[in-house]
Amino acid sequence: MIMMRIPKLIDHVDFGMMSPDEIRKISVTKIVTADTYDEDGYPIERGLMDSRLGVVDPGLRCRTCGARAGDCPGHFGHVELARPVANVGHIDTIYNCLRATCRKCGRVLLAEPKHEEYYKRITEMREARQKWWEMTNKIVRSASTTEKCPHCGEKQAPLKFEKPTSFVEGRNRLTPSDVRERLERITNEDVMLLGINPKVARPEWMVLTALPVSPVTVRPSITLESGVRSEDDLTHKLVDIIRINQRLSENIEAGAPHLIVEDLWELLQYHVTTYFDNGVSGIPPARHRSGRVLRTLAQRLRGKEGRFRGNLSGKRVDFSARTVISPDPNISINEIGVPEYIARILSVPVRATEHDIEDLRNLIRRGPDIYPGANCMISPDGKRYDLRYADREELAKTIEPGFIVERHLMDGDIVMFNRQPSLHRMSIMAHEVRVLPGRTFRLNLSVCPPYNADFDGDEMNVHAPQHEEAQAEARILMKVQEQIISPRFGGPIIGGIQDHITGAYLLTRKGTLLTKEQSQQLLAAGGIFTDLPKPAVKEKGTEYWIGKQIFSMLLPKGLNLTFKAKICENCARCKKEECEIDAYVVIRDGQLLHGVIDARSYKALDRCEVLDRIVKDYGTTAAREFLDRATKLSIAAAAMLGFTTSIDDEDIPPEANERISEVLDDVREKVNKLIKIYDAGELEPFPGRSLRETLEMRIMEVLAGGRDRAGEIAEKYLGLDNNAVIMARTGARGSMLNLTQMAACVGQQSVRGERLSRGYRGRTLPHFKSGNLGAEARGFVSSSYKDGLRPLEFFFHAMGGREGLVDTAVRTAQSGYMQRRLINALQDLRVEYDGTVRDDRGAVVQFAYGEDGVDPAHSDNGKAVNVEKIIERVVG
Amino acid sequence: MSVEFDIGQHVLVPKHEILPKEKAREVLERYRISPHQLPLIKSSDPVVKAIGAKPGDILQITRNSPTAGRAIAYRYVIEE
Repeated sequence: MIMMRIPKLIDHVDFGMMSPDEIRKISVTKIVTADTYDEDGYPIERGLMDSRLGVVDPGLRCRTCGARAGDCPGHFGHVELARPVANVGHIDTIYNCLRATCRKCGRVLLAEPKHEEYYKRITEMREARQKWWEMTNKIVRSASTTEKCPHCGEKQAPLKFEKPTSFVEGRNRLTPSDVRERLERITNEDVMLLGINPKVARPEWMVLTALPVSPVTVRPSITLESGVRSEDDLTHKLVDIIRINQRLSENIEAGAPHLIVEDLWELLQYHVTTYFDNGVSGIPPARHRSGRVLRTLAQRLRGKEGRFRGNLSGKRVDFSARTVISPDPNISINEIGVPEYIARILSVPVRATEHDIEDLRNLIRRGPDIYPGANCMISPDGKRYDLRYADREELAKTIEPGFIVERHLMDGDIVMFNRQPSLHRMSIMAHEVRVLPGRTFRLNLSVCPPYNADFDGDEMNVHAPQHEEAQAEARILMKVQEQIISPRFGGPIIGGIQDHITGAYLLTRKGTLLTKEQSQQLLAAGGIFTDLPKPAVKEKGTEYWIGKQIFSMLLPKGLNLTFKAKICENCARCKKEECEIDAYVVIRDGQLLHGVIDARSYKALDRCEVLDRIVKDYGTTAAREFLDRATKLSIAAAAMLGFTTSIDDEDIPPEANERISEVLDDVREKVNKLIKIYDAGELEPFPGRSLRETLEMRIMEVLAGGRDRAGEIAEKYLGLDNNAVIMARTGARGSMLNLTQMAACVGQQSVRGERLSRGYRGRTLPHFKSGNLGAEARGFVSSSYKDGLRPLEFFFHAMGGREGLVDTAVRTAQSGYMQRRLINALQDLRVEYDGTVRDDRGAVVQFAYGEDGVDPAHSDNGKAVNVEKIIERVVG
Repeated sequence: MSVEFDIGQHVLVPKHEILPKEKAREVLERYRISPHQLPLIKSSDPVVKAIGAKPGDILQITRNSPTAGRAIAYRYVIEE
């Protein structure tokens, strides 16, 4: 009955500290000399490079485990410190332990009842597996303020922590030995109150008496070309520690004056501190002889390039490439243009069979430098032959079926293409390789939306899968055409953009007549070479085709659709087929009978009626072909029919300008009237609003109405004969608001959804009287972008614009973190074959995916059944 | 709030029922899981107390769902 057997269950994990005894127990040798190698280059026994600590040089064997370099994990040694030193990593805990306990008897400075109570609470929390150690802060805070020990009556001298590792009590500086003695006195029971589990750690272990020496595998020395050995930063630091340690013990034995011993002791503390963390504040960082700051243990782990963020969360991989991207409308959405230079470096392993052995032989002969060639050859017994240095003619002769050849990336190979940030699964898609000249990756413009890519310097990555199974998986699951429908909203995320929409509109709108030559030209651009249909118009003996006929040749047979185009004005009574602007689209049996093709038909991220239908009814291959052809055809049509836009597309006649300024005057007047009513105290407040809020809301309403009215006046003169308007109305680029802001009036600027009010007391700028609530004084921009903004308007506009920039910056940071947390929480969930959603233990999370078991990518608008579609199909 | 307030009547509380032993076995067999792989519910949960379920019972919960209209889920009652 159990689906998955869990071999071992982790019950809990303990984090503890190593005791000095443990440090000595794991140590393979005591390290006594600071020297590394002798004159012959052999490691000195009991030195820092002792061969019992592991091996890094090839050929040698480890004296501890007998394994060779690479197999030997390395072994710890240790140094017996002449005097104890504090461990910086635990210094805060040491401080807590010291100030919360009695200077004399070592008990936690809490009176018996409180002591008892905390102890009970902590025991309970431990049993309930709660975070019992989080009680510590409270305990330490109340204990450290106690002045007299409730247990032995000792008066508590104030204790001061001096960064980074010393403690001062009254006038004496505590030596690490003093500190250690005090920590030793704390009972196991009290240690729990301080957040330490006595089973895994004792407080005195935070003051080191023995220092572990890391294995040489952790700090390998590098041999430079000149033969000079260069040691790792950690080794340098250990050398310092051992030297000072030696001098210290010599001085102690010789009975040197107290002062000298103290100085050396402090120096030892400094070296041990910087060995752990060379970035602690309060002391100068340890430097290399060259002046470079040493990279010690903490530096290896911390930060972006540290072990965690740099090596564990973000690994680097082989068989990948990265370069700038640029557009290529002539390749398929499934393809990617790869520079030859990259194709020569990325390789694909191919197993020789009797069928392809001749081809592979030729590739081997061509070698790594001549493009379709090969970089490497592997014989069945696993031996690699690097084709750079081998006698390639000879190797080509030896190859037999069963050999593997790592040949250059070639046309038709499958690769995975990625752009960061990889926010959804469409951020990595599989493409077929097209090796092209140049130095950039080329991609079809239609795949920009899923990658969120543009060409202002974006770089992208390519990964070449190295196994037939991986390649097949990429081809079947990850190819671009399989990702046309986004699982996010069940519609196409890949489709036409910008010029593709404009071009299709120009081609399919009423009145586009094309001669035979033009028609064939366009179809050839779209990659269609079948015969033309019968011409729709004959005039003075010449035959003309209408654009709709040409576009219809891309549509699959049997496609039936009826919908309203993007340019539809949503008239109260739809005239359907008789629509003046041709916004009622009718497709019957793959023939576009009425209406225009625009954003509603095949724009990415839009409703995308035509493309959506083709993907779902005719399959992804048909959809890819349609998209490849439609985009090419549309661009060719736009080029043939001519399309341009400039600022005079926003020209409006003088009488319109007059009417707009009349409207704006009227609005200003209305605002002043409102203010007058408000000043007179006659304003009727909205329910739940103050008078001031009501006034602001009414003014905003009036001003927004003013801009809209001005825009409407301008729009009357901006019809579909205007190229800028074509772009806006068909959904290709821009909006009517953008156009009216250029032509008529920019409108109210706002910060935090309110009219501008900040700056000076009661006014935005010194140009106004304090308390002026009028339109201009609070950021209403009555000019148009084309006329240009007045200085004050410009300033207000910058205020609103700045808020927009800040918002986007904040939003991306916030949503990025939110997404990260979601992914971390959901990463192990999957939909099983029985439709349930389960976690990695096989426990059920949802009994049917999304409660209805529907995959949004394979449904219409997220619903399992599209009733309308079925009715249309059945009834006709 | 009266002592007899019936939380089952609240709009936000979906219908909870104790599955008879036989039905419960069927559910486990249908999904091929052990009871602990079901979503859990504590015996101290107000609804569990209200319908008198005991640890070891399996509850059938009928919820209103924006996608499916009505969705059925199961939960395994565990000791507090």
